[in-house]
Amino acid sequence: MTQHESAREAFFDALLDDDPEQLYDRAPCGYLSTSPDGRIVKVNQTLLTWTGYERDELLQRSFVDLLTPGGRLYHETHYAPMLRLQAAVREIALDVVRADGQRIPVLVNANLEIDEAGEPVVVRIVLFDATERRTYERELLRARQQAEASERQARELAHTLQRTLLPPKEPAIPELDIAATFQPAGDTLEIGGDFYDVFQVAEGDWVAIIGDVCGKGVEAAILTALIRDTLRAVVVGMHEPSKALSALNEVLVHHETDRFCTLVMVRMQHGAEGWTAAISSGGHPRPLLIGPGRNREEVGGQGPLVGVLDAPEFRDERVALRPGDALVLFTDGVTESRDGAAFYGDARLREVLGRPFESARSVVDAVFEDVVAYSGGPTRDDVAVVVMRVPERS
Amino acid sequence: MDLQQRHHLRISGRPDGQPMIFAHGFGCDQNMWRHVAPAFEDDFRVVLFDHVGAGNSDSSAYDFDRYASLKAYADDVVRIVTELDLHDVVFVGHSVSAMIGVLAERVVPERFAKLVLVGPSPRYIDDEGYVGGFAEQDIHELLDSLDSNYLGWSAAMAPAIMGNPDRPALGQELTESFCRTDPDIARAFARVTFLSDNRADLAAVSTPTLVLQCSNDVIAPVEVGRYVADRIPDSTLVQLDATGHCPNLSAPEETTAAIAAFVRATEPEGAPVGP
Repeated sequence: MTQHESAREAFFDALLDDDPEQLYDRAPCGYLSTSPDGRIVKVNQTLLTWTGYERDELLQRSFVDLLTPGGRLYHETHYAPMLRLQAAVREIALDVVRADGQRIPVLVNANLEIDEAGEPVVVRIVLFDATERRTYERELLRARQQAEASERQARELAHTLQRTLLPPKEPAIPELDIAATFQPAGDTLEIGGDFYDVFQVAEGDWVAIIGDVCGKGVEAAILTALIRDTLRAVVVGMHEPSKALSALNEVLVHHETDRFCTLVMVRMQHGAEGWTAAISSGGHPRPLLIGPGRNREEVGGQGPLVGVLDAPEFRDERVALRPGDALVLFTDGVTESRDGAAFYGDARLREVLGRPFESARSVVDAVFEDVVAYSGGPTRDDVAVVVMRVPERS
Repeated sequence: MDLQQRHHLRISGRPDGQPMIFAHGFGCDQNMWRHVAPAFEDDFRVVLFDHVGAGNSDSSAYDFDRYASLKAYADDVVRIVTELDLHDVVFVGHSVSAMIGVLAERVVPERFAKLVLVGPSPRYIDDEGYVGGFAEQDIHELLDSLDSNYLGWSAAMAPAIMGNPDRPALGQELTESFCRTDPDIARAFARVTFLSDNRADLAAVSTPTLVLQCSNDVIAPVEVGRYVADRIPDSTLVQLDATGHCPNLSAPEETTAAIAAFVRATEPEGAPVGP
């Protein structure tokens, strides 16, 4: 063995034999022990150096005395109970106050030593300097808070925008009872594609529309506005809903987006015989006709999606409504609302609609409540329902 | 909503015994009473519950507007008492739940037989002529402390962080539930707790009351305990040797003995402190 080699060996031996006192006192972390009730009984040199206290000063104190007042509250309400219940705490962020009043952010791990009789004996506490980590965490926290605030804002904006696309409330129509509900998809920042509109064309002449624009978000909202405004303009002087749908189709086909929509349009006209509805559907679930002696049948002429084909053919179906009759317009958010893998479906909708109803509102509420009950919480898609009902003659 | 689920109610002990409700403070849940409550199951009908937003309560029942004052927590206690149709109730409240008990007693005093207030404080912040022990700034510091500690405590992480592989015997149930609180709710509850002022409610308490005061309690100092006992007409102050704010965990035997001496006594015992 050369002299060099033996010197090397002696050096490593010395490392292995490192004085336990030195290992403790010069550890790169603050290390202290307290009695179960928190009085400091032993403390290493590193912590003394960090805090600027003399050993004797610390030995008369409790661990909580080293903390900020806010930290003490946290210690007493969280840390101490946890330590008692679990015999350990990990990665608790606290500030230690130095003798000169300066604060050192630390991460604390502690173990409660329990003897064989189950009695707590000693608490061993290790403190890691976390100054830079805390700065970084504060930045993270700020970023998270900002993100949460932005999300709130975006959600509010989306809901506000969506509300502007819907009639603020159902119009009062003489001798026609009308009610509607719209529930945006739960837990989403995006504007959904469902919409409806009800407006007057002339005296005793009304239009109701319900539809679903392909997609979500701002683009869907823009398209919804375009559809609504186009239909409001073209129905003047155009009595058949099918023709209005054709006109809308042309507008959408030539519009820069490649989006389309499904739509049902109902033209309600009041004459000497009462209300007549002319109904045309463009790829949309057809309305159901309910009332005394009615069989909850689908009504309305059928046609393709609106905004896809160059020359689609839309059809109208005319229905003379009797007192007590109601037309139920809805979007696929109703029939396709889900309970796990299962769908709500047409059959269940018809079942709900089989009850006797006394008003348009009671129909809307019955359908909506049943859908919410079925999906067991916020619906995953927009849900829109519009009901027009001819009151019984009194 | 189901009361049981809402508050994770757990009822044990003698079904026909005198009802004894244990209420936990801020930061914890009913586990705080695990070393104390069982000692009363021989004679009492023991009712444990979590405040809404804490422990295993149904946090969907938490409403930030409703729980913006301690009154809402007191109303929950009243609801538990009335829905379970409890009479002659012994109410044991730790920390902020001491004042919650005081507020509940003011609503239905006829239902309560005895109040035990463990480490009560009617106001944590110093005021003119009153020492609560804290400045308002300190409370904001606590909120910061909550924030930095919840940073690594997302709902998904909490069980992993709190789990203690060295001591599996402590039980999964405990590590998963203890101190598990939605960070936003914890902040709100901290605010309600530490910014409350219930000094004016004390004089109206008509139920015989025991104030259990710890030594060296940084949250509720001795002067504060004395203040509470001085203001509640029929009250007794007992000073425990236990230190800290949670004698129910740090000194369960002493705490149990002190409560037992008060609640098991058939005659009012000791000389009431106060006017």
